[in-house]
Amino acid sequence: MTARRALQALVRTGRSVRWYAAALLGDHDYARYVAHVARVHPGTDPGSEAAYWRARHAEQDAHPGARCC
Amino acid sequence: MVARTQSEPIRTDPDLPPVAVVERGPMPASRRVLFTVIALVGAVAWSVVALARGEQINAVWIVFAAVCTYVIAYRFYSRLVEAKIVRPRNDRATPAELHDNAKDFMPTDRRVLFGHHFAAIAGAGPLVGPVLAAQMGYLPGTIWIVVGCVLGGAVQDYLVLSISVRRRGRSLGQMARDELGRFGGVAALVAVFVIMIIIIAVLALVVVNALAESPWGVFSIAMTIPIALFMGVYLRFLRPGRISEVTVIGVGLLLLAIVAGGWVAETAWGQDWFTLSPVALAWWLAAYGFAASVLPVWLLLAPRDYLSTFMKVGVIVLLAVGILIARPEVQAPAVSSFALRGDGPVFAGTLFPFLFITIACGALSGFHSLIASGTTPKLLEKESQARPIGYGAMLTESFVAVMALITAVIIDQHLYFAMNAPAGATGGTPETAAEYVNGLGLSGPPITAGEIERAAEVVGEESVVSRTGGAPTLAFGMSQVLSSVFGGTGLAAFWYHFAIMFEALFILTTVDAGTRVARFMLSDSLGNLGGPLRKFRDPSWRVGAWICSVVVVVLWGAILLMGVTDPLGGINTLFPLFGIANQLLAAIALTVVTVVVVKKQLYRWVWIPAVPLVWDLVVTMTASYQKIFSSEPRIGYWAQHRAFQDAKAAGEETFGVATSPEAMDAVIRNTAIQGTLSIIFAVLVLIVVLVGAAVIVRSVRAGGLPTTEEPDEPSRIFAPRGMVPTAAEREVQALWDAREREHATTGAGS
Repeated sequence: MTARRALQALVRTGRSVRWYAAALLGDHDYARYVAHVARVHPGTDPGSEAAYWRARHAEQDAHPGARCC
Repeated sequence: MVARTQSEPIRTDPDLPPVAVVERGPMPASRRVLFTVIALVGAVAWSVVALARGEQINAVWIVFAAVCTYVIAYRFYSRLVEAKIVRPRNDRATPAELHDNAKDFMPTDRRVLFGHHFAAIAGAGPLVGPVLAAQMGYLPGTIWIVVGCVLGGAVQDYLVLSISVRRRGRSLGQMARDELGRFGGVAALVAVFVIMIIIIAVLALVVVNALAESPWGVFSIAMTIPIALFMGVYLRFLRPGRISEVTVIGVGLLLLAIVAGGWVAETAWGQDWFTLSPVALAWWLAAYGFAASVLPVWLLLAPRDYLSTFMKVGVIVLLAVGILIARPEVQAPAVSSFALRGDGPVFAGTLFPFLFITIACGALSGFHSLIASGTTPKLLEKESQARPIGYGAMLTESFVAVMALITAVIIDQHLYFAMNAPAGATGGTPETAAEYVNGLGLSGPPITAGEIERAAEVVGEESVVSRTGGAPTLAFGMSQVLSSVFGGTGLAAFWYHFAIMFEALFILTTVDAGTRVARFMLSDSLGNLGGPLRKFRDPSWRVGAWICSVVVVVLWGAILLMGVTDPLGGINTLFPLFGIANQLLAAIALTVVTVVVVKKQLYRWVWIPAVPLVWDLVVTMTASYQKIFSSEPRIGYWAQHRAFQDAKAAGEETFGVATSPEAMDAVIRNTAIQGTLSIIFAVLVLIVVLVGAAVIVRSVRAGGLPTTEEPDEPSRIFAPRGMVPTAAEREVQALWDAREREHATTGAGS
């Protein structure tokens, strides 16, 4: 039983790490944007995921963020 | 009577669940015991670290001393700063909530934002500085990295973030103009630009020194470019938004590139193609910086950033685990003789002020104020989360610096100086280097030429002599730690190049992002001059982007070339300039913060930002004074300049380490440029500080002045105050979750 519990804990940890890495890198950003559009401008088409990232990158092109030394 | 925590929910709208919970009450007894134990363990660890003389200590004590101090400082000092100066209000909407566009403004989970912020502030600086500072022994460096961070660096980051959050996430330059007026603002802006250029140049120099004459390293780093391009195309055209997927592929390819570097370096063609001289590498880097500045971000910058974020977090965790498992013994003395005499070969000057200048980023980094304003505040969910993110991320960075220091002080000291003394001193061969370091009077048995050669062989390099800049030493120490835990000496060469790759990736990310930022600063400033130059303000005008990129790259590229060809050894002359520049930027940030605190009439607590500001000014002004006016040629740029000029006038063809008339001319030219830069930095910062002082006097006389804080807007979202939610906060969160579910079902029905 303890082995099984340890396995469960491992799976849980693995899931959290995966969630964290995905959130940090931005995997969830588009879903969040879709929800945002639905909330703020209901009925508007949020556009495709590719279009969302094009716009994000265009924005980054115009407003660069610094990285530290 | 049992003291209980009282919690009071705060509502901004009767139809919504509470948006915040205010909790008051004494600390529970169990917590008091816990913090007492942590404080005691810290005190014991510090005693071991500080009082051991003549016997070796274990590096784990340094880790304990640092971590216990961080915990106590975070729980008590950062709370004091919060209660007395920041006074966050979680019923107030942050810019992220108010201007939410799900792009650059968006309330971001605090744990995720911590990762973002940390990845943005952590770079090569906290890794390289402590390695160089190890020449003064382990004790002064450890104390400054920990204490400087707790009282200085973390306070700066936290306060800059907090004041920017209340100003729609404005950047440091804008806040300087708003709070100090036009003149002070312009001086601050120019200072930021010049400082950025020198920082890029010196970091690029560190990469050049790590990769020169190393086909393995050059191949691995070169491969990161096609890998990034592949990732960019994948995300743009094949599977948009699958970022973690492509990052896992990218990291896999990266590891393959490191392993493949070893095979390529064995072949004749590999050695032919990828053995580059420092000068050639400098040109390649400049070309890379230019390309990264003008290419679209999705193609190169964004994917590289994913890789580097992943590597940063991963490698730092790996190193911490490695040190705790390997528990290496410290080889360096507590305080070396170089610290007191100021004649160390790695960098010249005595402990005060040059230790503080050299460590720079790990304890107090002005550059962070550029991240803490502008980017992070636009993503903060709640004002009170500025503490875990601003203060907390800087504690983490300081911990990285402590680990970097450990990797340098566990290496055999003779080997450390053979790697870090400039080629002019070591002569560049194992034989001459052994002779040189054995004459330094270091503790421990002398080293032989054979041992230096073997050290290079183990890590798969041609030579380790005079591989200055800190990166190779860090990689060497890391390889020693990691190979003793994972894989033995068979994997030492892999771990060495893994570490080099990781540092180079950090630095290249700074170089490319920095070039871009500097390019935008330049085009904005040119555009603001008006007239025909107004066109520069349009970011989509390609010609303007190209012109500004060329100017920026030429500026740092020239300093880089000067560094790689410097007969005196580029790192020991340029690194102090880098440190001074970064610390002066901190002075500007702390001045802005202090002015805001005075304007708000928080006179009793003004020492919180003022003490680190005054200390920073004393350190940087002493260092600048010595660099400009010292009559000792090893320290003063102009003294060196005059010494070489006099020698030239006397008709000498060689002088000191310069073995030809051309080398003498190079020294004369370089010292003049470095001396001039020292003067420019110091003058610009003095202007900003004096303007700040004038504003402070005016404000005190007027009984406070208005600041540019934005008016209150009530918040309509909930998030916990700190990293870990309290019981009361969990209850409130449950209310919001229930509301969300209800909303989802009714939404689906309509």
